[in-house]
Amino acid sequence: MTTVQSPQTAETPAANRQVVSSEILPEEQHPSSRIDATDVTCWFGKRKVLERCTLSMEPGEVTALIGPSGCGKSTFLRSLNRMHELVPVAAIAGTIELDGVDIYSEEMSPTEVRSRIGMVFQKPNPFPAMSIADNVLAGLSLSGMSNEDPKALVEQCLRRAGLWAEVSDRLNEGGMSLSGGQQQRLCIARALAVHPDVLLMDEPCSALDPISTRVIEQTIRELCEEITIVIVTHNMQQAQRVSDKCAFFLVESIGDPGRIVEAGPTAQVFENPSDPRTYDYVTGQFG
Amino acid sequence: MALTSPELQALEEQVPRDIARTVTRGDRIFRTLCASAAAVSLFIIGGTALFLAIKALPALQKAGLLSFFTTSVWNPTVGDFGVLGLLIGTIIIATVSLIVAVPLAIGLALFINEYSPARIRRVLTSSVDLLAAMPSIIFGMWGFFALQAPLVGVASWLNLHLSAIPFFRLSEPDAPLLRSSFIVGTVVALMIVPIITSVSRDVMAQCPRSQCEAALALGGSRWGMIKEVLLPFGKAGITGAVLLGFGRALGETIAVALIIAFTIEANPYVLEQGGGSIASLIAIKFPEAQDLEISALIAAGLALFGMTLLVNLGARAIVRRTQIAA
Repeated sequence: MTTVQSPQTAETPAANRQVVSSEILPEEQHPSSRIDATDVTCWFGKRKVLERCTLSMEPGEVTALIGPSGCGKSTFLRSLNRMHELVPVAAIAGTIELDGVDIYSEEMSPTEVRSRIGMVFQKPNPFPAMSIADNVLAGLSLSGMSNEDPKALVEQCLRRAGLWAEVSDRLNEGGMSLSGGQQQRLCIARALAVHPDVLLMDEPCSALDPISTRVIEQTIRELCEEITIVIVTHNMQQAQRVSDKCAFFLVESIGDPGRIVEAGPTAQVFENPSDPRTYDYVTGQFG
Repeated sequence: MALTSPELQALEEQVPRDIARTVTRGDRIFRTLCASAAAVSLFIIGGTALFLAIKALPALQKAGLLSFFTTSVWNPTVGDFGVLGLLIGTIIIATVSLIVAVPLAIGLALFINEYSPARIRRVLTSSVDLLAAMPSIIFGMWGFFALQAPLVGVASWLNLHLSAIPFFRLSEPDAPLLRSSFIVGTVVALMIVPIITSVSRDVMAQCPRSQCEAALALGGSRWGMIKEVLLPFGKAGITGAVLLGFGRALGETIAVALIIAFTIEANPYVLEQGGGSIASLIAIKFPEAQDLEISALIAAGLALFGMTLLVNLGARAIVRRTQIAA
């Protein structure tokens, strides 16, 4: 859907962007951001669930986090936009830099981090009391931003999320009236409305049928031209289809924290992994 | 089976068949026990209403049904009774208490649920429960002796700065401010804060975590999340909690009787000395009442009963409507 961008996004009010340097750039030239995680360790209470994970997520690329359940992929993902700390007993070590700025430092507030690094959850979670249009705009009112032309923003975001054609005639209906796949794309549109530089997706298709999954994967490929995407997935084929880069997480033995076993270009991880454990996992000979 | 060919089957319209519902003896006994418990509650409500109506009849006949509800007099010697002023007074006091209690209770509920660290949360939760368990006579005495002086200060400040609002005017510049509807309402407010707090806290705790996380993940502040997700989610339940509190405020007796400078007439000057409520009328007059006055007090009780019933039915209707809307 990138074709629709040129007239509309060029007019997008600069106030919506958080990055000062990007204000003068129209959307299609908007340089996406990079995230560098260095030695990230996460705890829940005394339990260490993730140890010394180092990973760079490059601008304009899709990075897939793969690995068996309980290996800390989601925890790692949630540490990237400070959702990890919402659990009262959660703790973290290491640094995570967004374009060179440590997101856990004084230089950034959690709200700023989260509006620059958006998130789509495993289970579609549109706001039930809001209409489709209001759902898309929810991030603006939540973070106190304003928009001169909310209608255009709704259309633009729904188009980018690949949902516009299906809902354009019923924007005022409740968000819960949509199917699961549509709800998930609505959540993507909602995340896009605050103009994030990075989008985190936590198994976005695991609750969806294959057709909806296909549509969302298409959306991901289109979005990654402008937005850096990090996706957690259990689906090996999906990782191969959508990602440029792959990181394989693993818990060595029960009670150990999760670690990154191997990370690299997707093709290499799947076709020529350097670690035998990665080979076992991606070829389905695991455990 | 008689029907074999498809044509015949198509002719015969199918109807739902009987399903055998065999109930074990234990189930039957237990069901009877539960049903009788349910019947008792209905019987209490019906019986109370009936009792009140029968006992109220002599006074209502003497005073006249219409004038009982449209005049403000209390003259047992000639059998002239009217509770209009007290009905209004009851609503004034309950309204004052809501205005004070609702922001306090919702703020408290949100602080406990969303802001406070775990340790403080435990302390606060149990102190709110303790507050709910405190006898109202304690609140009444504390209000009378400890709270009146500071509240008089608040009242004169309100009158000085906000007398543009009719609510805060006085009948004359130096009218006494002790023992007013405002003070009583504030004390009653403290008594209904716990119920409003704990019900709305429970309701908001039901909000799916995923909704709250979605709001935060969009860059929302905690306040933004509360405003856009928690409060809309809890709307119906909070309304119900507030009306529960209102119902309690209408019926609060001892604290009101202790503090208010009792008058039969309605006193529109909320900050000023004097006022009354149905419940305080009964508490104040009952010990020395005889014959017809007792009947008149019971009639007043019937009026309070009816009013509380109406508020509760209204509460249910509102809650139901907002639930459907949400």
